[in-house]
Amino acid sequence: MRTTHVHVKQTSYETRHLRWVLSDRAIVHLFIWPTLVLLICMNVFPLFYSLYLSFTDYSAIARQAPRWVGLQNFSDILNDPQLWKYFATTGKYAFFSVGLQVIVGFTLAMLVKEKFRGSGLITTLILLPMMLSPVVVGLFWKLIYNPTFGYFNYLLGFTDPSKGPDMLASRFAGKPVPDLALWAVVIVDVWMWSPFVMLLVLSGLKAIPEYLYEAAAIDRASPWFQFWHITLPQVLPLLLIAILFRTIEAFKAFDLVMGLTGGGPGDQTELIAVNLYRQAFLGQWQTGRASALAYIILIVIIAISNIYIRFLNRLRD
Amino acid sequence: MIMTAFKSRADVVSVPPKIIFEPTLEGFVYLLTERAVVPQSQMAALQAAAEAGELNYFQRIALRTGQIITGPSDYVDRLRNSVIIAGLSTLFSVILGVFAAYAFSRFPIPGKDDLLFFILSTRMLPPVVVTIPLFLMYRQLKLHDTHLGMILLYTVFNLSLAVWLLKGFMDEIPTEYEDAAMVDGYTRFQAFYKIVLPQAATGIAATTVFCLIFAWNEYAFALMLTSDDARTAPPSIATMLGRGGIEWSAIAAGSLGFLIPVVFVTFLLRNHLLRGVTFGAVRR
Repeated sequence: MRTTHVHVKQTSYETRHLRWVLSDRAIVHLFIWPTLVLLICMNVFPLFYSLYLSFTDYSAIARQAPRWVGLQNFSDILNDPQLWKYFATTGKYAFFSVGLQVIVGFTLAMLVKEKFRGSGLITTLILLPMMLSPVVVGLFWKLIYNPTFGYFNYLLGFTDPSKGPDMLASRFAGKPVPDLALWAVVIVDVWMWSPFVMLLVLSGLKAIPEYLYEAAAIDRASPWFQFWHITLPQVLPLLLIAILFRTIEAFKAFDLVMGLTGGGPGDQTELIAVNLYRQAFLGQWQTGRASALAYIILIVIIAISNIYIRFLNRLRD
Repeated sequence: MIMTAFKSRADVVSVPPKIIFEPTLEGFVYLLTERAVVPQSQMAALQAAAEAGELNYFQRIALRTGQIITGPSDYVDRLRNSVIIAGLSTLFSVILGVFAAYAFSRFPIPGKDDLLFFILSTRMLPPVVVTIPLFLMYRQLKLHDTHLGMILLYTVFNLSLAVWLLKGFMDEIPTEYEDAAMVDGYTRFQAFYKIVLPQAATGIAATTVFCLIFAWNEYAFALMLTSDDARTAPPSIATMLGRGGIEWSAIAAGSLGFLIPVVFVTFLLRNHLLRGVTFGAVRR
């Protein structure tokens, strides 16, 4: 720790005394290093460690040292049709859930834009889902989706379980319907995260200067024209941030799916993060291979984020 | 969901779903207690007492379900773990975060933007990616399934959020106050804790609550890095499904007890929420 010996002269008191004072530079080091050290120990080091593991054949429960196999894991993964399928499932899930969230969130934002009585309470209620624990939310929706005693079918008017949809088993009236379970997950995700899009859109809407609309009204512009040429362009940057955050989250989706379906039925809702968990821990313990898959997922997420951020910057210019 | 928590077992699975029902605390009793089957000899005694009309609430349940209560359940422990781990990790994240955020907010630091982006990027990793090496590290260091290990992990997990949020709040505090204080002979450190900290109080409070919620709700790390001693509530609510049929009313009760604090906090936080969920990247 660097301390400097400072000679302070206070004219107002005409007293002189000596103090030990931390210099600004010492303060910066003192304030920032604890955080950085922790992050490096718990994030950077593990990442390098798992990079090394991804080139080895290793299982965490075997009593053997990691065996160097080079790019074997990566080529295995990229040649595995199953994994491509999980990536496709994840992509589909991301596309539909984020798309629907944008639509629902935007609509909600337009609805609660005006202040009215009880709008604070309504907003709180709308925002609540995203603060809840995803895995618990998943469990609850499992109950709601239950074909016999759940509210989902009841509210849709299917009182006879043999005629209604069984969302989580991907069946409708006893016949299998592919991807129904994935849609069930999408619905819950939309319920949970549309409020997030709504929040961002709202803050964008509030920033639009009123005179733009006044000018449009003088020019007799139609409401549609106003929406497309004033509202949307003004909100777009924030909307894209929302889309970026949600897309990254969709690729990380894990706890909601674990609570709701556990990847089933079969592997219809086996998103890539769920599969990674399965390979790394659940009975398989393929630590090396899972590390390689983790890196591939990481690269995908970084690539997507970069494309988005470039696009955002181009919009700003 | 609230309704499910107060339904009896029969009412939960009724077809069609009941909107109106007789509320019971059965779910909560199931959740918070360990039970054993009542032996036949005692059942007869219970029935005799029931006819005489001198049963307490628990005995009535015992008569109806054929089980007696033997002690508190695991869930009580899990909830306590959740409180300890979320609470302490939040405390550490916020303390470290306040210091780092102040430095980032006030001083020219070489490579500041890169450092800040690095701090943010740690939150972008899927938890599963970091868990594999962490699991191996923790096993070596004997931190697996310990409170200390989980507190450390959650501290780091929330640190990026805390730094970003607090930096946003501190950027809004004018530097003139500190400068004036330092002209008056305060040291930099005195100016920081006598002037800046009180002004950032709301921001610090909001950050604290966000960290609490995220640590409280976290499932993936807890699932993979704990097994019993330090297991928190989310994974244990999830595994309750597996034991002895699906005790929906118990799961509902467990979830409800777990969610109530979050509901309360969301109401308090609604004005800061946007900043919290975007890591302070967007101002309101």
